[in-house]
Amino acid sequence: MSKLKYALYTGCTARESTPELLSSTLAVAEKLGIELVLLDEASCCGASHLQDFDEFLSLVLNARNICYAEKLGLPMVTICNTCQLNTVMTKERLDHDPELKARVNEKLAEVGLEYKGTSTVRHFLYALIDDYGLENISEKVVKPLSHFNIAPFYGCHNIRPSHIHYKHNMPQPDYEVSEGGGEVAYEEEGLMYKYTHENPYVPTSLERLIEALEGKSVEYESKNKCCGFHVDLQAPKTSNALTGTALSDAIDHGADVVVTPCPLCQLNMDLKQESAGKQLGREIEIPVLHMPQMVALALGCTPEQIGLKFNVTKATELYA
Amino acid sequence: MSDTTKNTAHETRKVTIKAFRFNAETDYLPYYKTYEMEVGKDELILDLLNRIKWEHDGSFSYRRSCRHGICGACGIKVNGKPVLSCKQNAQELVNLFGDELVFEPQSQKRAIKDMIIDKGDFWEKHAAVKPYVVADVDPHPESETLMSPEQVENFLDADYCIQCGSCHYACPVLDVNEDYIGPAAFAAAYRFSVDPRDEASTERLEITAELGSGVWDCVKCFECAEACPKDVNPIEKITKLHNMQFEQHVAERNVATKHAEGFVRSIKKYGYLDEQDIVLYSEGLGVVKHLSEALKMIKARKVHPFDFKKEKMPRSKNLKEIQKLIEISKTNEL
Repeated sequence: MSKLKYALYTGCTARESTPELLSSTLAVAEKLGIELVLLDEASCCGASHLQDFDEFLSLVLNARNICYAEKLGLPMVTICNTCQLNTVMTKERLDHDPELKARVNEKLAEVGLEYKGTSTVRHFLYALIDDYGLENISEKVVKPLSHFNIAPFYGCHNIRPSHIHYKHNMPQPDYEVSEGGGEVAYEEEGLMYKYTHENPYVPTSLERLIEALEGKSVEYESKNKCCGFHVDLQAPKTSNALTGTALSDAIDHGADVVVTPCPLCQLNMDLKQESAGKQLGREIEIPVLHMPQMVALALGCTPEQIGLKFNVTKATELYA
Repeated sequence: MSDTTKNTAHETRKVTIKAFRFNAETDYLPYYKTYEMEVGKDELILDLLNRIKWEHDGSFSYRRSCRHGICGACGIKVNGKPVLSCKQNAQELVNLFGDELVFEPQSQKRAIKDMIIDKGDFWEKHAAVKPYVVADVDPHPESETLMSPEQVENFLDADYCIQCGSCHYACPVLDVNEDYIGPAAFAAAYRFSVDPRDEASTERLEITAELGSGVWDCVKCFECAEACPKDVNPIEKITKLHNMQFEQHVAERNVATKHAEGFVRSIKKYGYLDEQDIVLYSEGLGVVKHLSEALKMIKARKVHPFDFKKEKMPRSKNLKEIQKLIEISKTNEL
């Protein structure tokens, strides 16, 4: 296998309140021999909130982020579901609307940049599974997760809306992708095609990853539901109800730990257990890991890299 | 295309259907009944509903009418996925979910009989947004009201909505907040507010701007976009309604609007979102209610409350570019 190399768009959370996400991602890449080039020029993706306030500005800023991956000639990977969705939503809009692309490029030209559409944008989860390969990951496992019942929690923005995600998250064609993101490669297909890579009603990628790390995945209904993060400020009752229900569901189905590829889900589910529990009238206590933290555990990365000390709900005993 | 998608389309498939059964007049609890049948390649979910009723149990109840994907009566959930029965091929779902299909009503808590639900809440919410053109119409106009292709395109297909309820009953917010207006009604609010003949746009924007019931309570889960059998993409219209609140100066300064606008404030300073500042700025004095979580974050060293100089706050490289782009690209103010 030739060495995999990506431009890593970290988003804000990995550089602020969840440093453990960034350190574990870099550790996993190092162990697997994947080269990640940090996009230090990138800005916030707007987290779906800037979009509500100023849609055009959000398109310009997200296009700028992609420009820097294009300048490196690298595919972009993300480690946050919301970054992934906002980036590919921008890409979809610009690659399909030449007039809008021209308007955005007019602004980008003022700072000497041009959005072309030549870099693909995928979540690191799928780069690991589809590019590196589950079998290859399995071979690198030094601390099998066989003593854990792990509840996968997918997070909305990497599985819905499927009509956008399937084009970006599925393995990319190995032939040259032309300007515009190789749109020719994806002709309109039926429901089945859209759902072949990841079916949002029955997602499997995290289970397959857990299995490759020799862990036992927990089957529960809430795995593809919303955690409520995006209304945490204005509607905490809604957010607590959704977080609490998902966590309770995982606990009641025998989970020892929850794992998610989205740092916003992780932060919400890790931090809000007490208030969600209060609202639901029950005890909720379960460690919630970032997807790369789980992989890093199995690959035998150092505690410093895995960063369990930054998890709010006590998770350090998972080292044992 | 992978092997799993190459189905044996010419053949029938043996399918086990588990159907939700409940009669609000006689049953205390719902139960599931199992039916086995050979399903042909052209059969729709509606055909299977008919076969349960005609071949197995005449008391089985469901709504159906047009059979052409336009009346919106026959929406149910199959293995949790909202479908329009008359539009959804059955074998396609067998390929997706395996040979056991679970038929359930759109909302179990609103079930009246089997697949039939009380859709009263849906219609109530729908009516609340004035889903019609509000205008003084001259009954004898001298010429027709023309609409340009651009004006029609601006509907963004919101006019394709058939009020089937698929998105409404897929929305997790409505499950926990009964005041919430919901994705279908928001799509309708958008559709009529951008109609060039309409005069109630401001009123609709005010209705949908209310905290607790309006668009700010959307959790952005995209369940509605996934559920819609007509590709209306309701959340796209929810975003548009957010934008229109600012464009038409309907937005009031509150925790939700400040949260959205606060992103610009942060990105301008650092390129990144200042996660501490956004909470302080959006909440104002209300920030005290986050005290317990803040302490937890401080304890886990996730935030740095005494970093007054913001030395721990990351800054994007080439920040000046970002600042310039904000200056020349921003379109809205709060």
